[in-house]
Amino acid sequence: MEVLLAVASGVLYMSGVYLMLRRRLAQLIIGLGLLSNGTNLLIFAAGGLTRAQPPVVPPGADQLVPPYADPVPQALVLTAIVIGFGLLAFSLVLAHRVHATAGTDDVDHVGRER
Amino acid sequence: MKLLVLPILVPMSAAAIMLLAPRRQALHRWIGVAGAFALLASAIVVFDGVERNGIQVLQISGWQAPFGITLVADLLAALLLVAVGIVGVAVTAAAFGGVDPRRETFGYHPLIQILLMGVSGAFLTGDFFNLYVWFEVMLVASFVLMALHRNRAQLEAAYKYVTINLIASSIFLTALGLLYGVTGTLNMADVARVWPAVRSTGMDVVLAVLFVIAFSIKAGLFPLFFWLPASYHTPPAPVGAVFAGLLTKVGVYALIRIFTLLFQGGPAALSTMLLVMSAATMVIGLIAALREHDFRRILSFNLVGHIGYTTASLALMTPAALSGAVFYVLHHIVVITNLFLVSGVLLRLRRSTDLRKLGGLYRGQPAFSFLAMVPIFSLAGVPPLSGFLGKLAILEGTFDAGAFWLGGLVLFVGLLTLLSMGRMWAEAFWQPSAESDRGTPGRPLVLAISGLSLVTLAISAVAGPLLTITLRAARQLIQKDDYIRAVLGSIS
Repeated sequence: MEVLLAVASGVLYMSGVYLMLRRRLAQLIIGLGLLSNGTNLLIFAAGGLTRAQPPVVPPGADQLVPPYADPVPQALVLTAIVIGFGLLAFSLVLAHRVHATAGTDDVDHVGRER
Repeated sequence: MKLLVLPILVPMSAAAIMLLAPRRQALHRWIGVAGAFALLASAIVVFDGVERNGIQVLQISGWQAPFGITLVADLLAALLLVAVGIVGVAVTAAAFGGVDPRRETFGYHPLIQILLMGVSGAFLTGDFFNLYVWFEVMLVASFVLMALHRNRAQLEAAYKYVTINLIASSIFLTALGLLYGVTGTLNMADVARVWPAVRSTGMDVVLAVLFVIAFSIKAGLFPLFFWLPASYHTPPAPVGAVFAGLLTKVGVYALIRIFTLLFQGGPAALSTMLLVMSAATMVIGLIAALREHDFRRILSFNLVGHIGYTTASLALMTPAALSGAVFYVLHHIVVITNLFLVSGVLLRLRRSTDLRKLGGLYRGQPAFSFLAMVPIFSLAGVPPLSGFLGKLAILEGTFDAGAFWLGGLVLFVGLLTLLSMGRMWAEAFWQPSAESDRGTPGRPLVLAISGLSLVTLAISAVAGPLLTITLRAARQLIQKDDYIRAVLGSIS
């Protein structure tokens, strides 16, 4: 499972970087989104995966018995998803402004008149 | 110490109060200044506590570290907080005359407060993930301040700025994920406690490289600084001032924190990497400054170049060098903020910051020119101003650590700075010019510039005592066990 997540996160990083190297703003933003999701998967995988062992004390027992899933990476990923979502929304609005003002979404032509 | 939460709470409350009365711009300005003064006062209280009683810790909600979020103030954080307060006061005071009405309508004043809150939070937090969150708070505020633009050049600067910072944040978060995977904790002190047992050369290198890339983008180190001069010269003067003064310094702070807590005694390649990057930053930044013709672009390249001083001293990791770095950061925050405010006055006088359209300012505005001499010559490193003393402290640090080539480089770059600032002074203020003033300097801006110039003079005057404090700060940073004990208490 870790291998699968590692590969998935690697693919997300790769596609994210590829898209960010393109010249269109829309692709740049999708690339940023992929990059942040790749990071989320990486945090999740690096924290270690434990299946079918929620970090909850079972009924009748006094304490948790290892192995149980680590809740911290999930909290981290959740926070990172929310922050990433907000930033993505902001960059979309910014890209829209750029497009409306400059009339182009080619990053090489935004700053100067053609 | 419960008061540790104040430097975060005060700007947040100021912003919240402003949002309760939208559209009352005049009121916002006053709340902004009041908030900034309160922030400065709380920072001084925190500094006083740290100076008297050592490292101060606040476990939020009483959750004992490493489970809750911890706020920690050591001498470095406390000194930087005071600098944040000073910059906050200057920038909010300058906002009385230096911001366009459109920007004010779209929440300029609350955003500045949020930015100050983010910077204070980043300096205070004792948790790596929380540091990431404060970075984002600060960045979102700066994004909006940056993006409130109309023309194409400014929009281009804005999206470049946003993109590169989002990439840096992703890399930072990646490093945090790996760090958690290795240590199982993200509380800074706890990570530092666990780290020696789990570190390996491979992990050292991977994490250090990721952290250095992420923070070098934010701090503006070669080869990752090119976004900075491409964006910092477009926003209005108070925004440029607070960005130049504070945002890059948060990157430097994060580098200092990470390197002292985790990578002390790591592979020599790590400090070599930081040294080479810093040296290249110094030289390339200042050479680039010499070929620029715009006042604010010259400042941006100087800003970048001088960041190299501090990170080079960090790489040496001796108390003397680190003390010089801390002193230099403090001096630099005040001076570079001041110079960006000066550029605001130039914009009002001549509608431009292009040196070719300036000139002859000394004839028309002798009093203001005299005032502007303080930051310009302090940055240039003319004795007895704070820039000279800071460079001297860094030079002593390099010689003390036996890095004579670096000392030579510091001197050479100091010479380039002198050249760059001298040229700026000569072309903008002395050189005769056909242009005439088309406006007035603006009283709020001049007031803010006078205040910051006074602070620079004060830093120069009390440099001796201040250097003993920065030396103590440096020792505190290098002897990380005190930090760990202060946060974790009986656990360790």
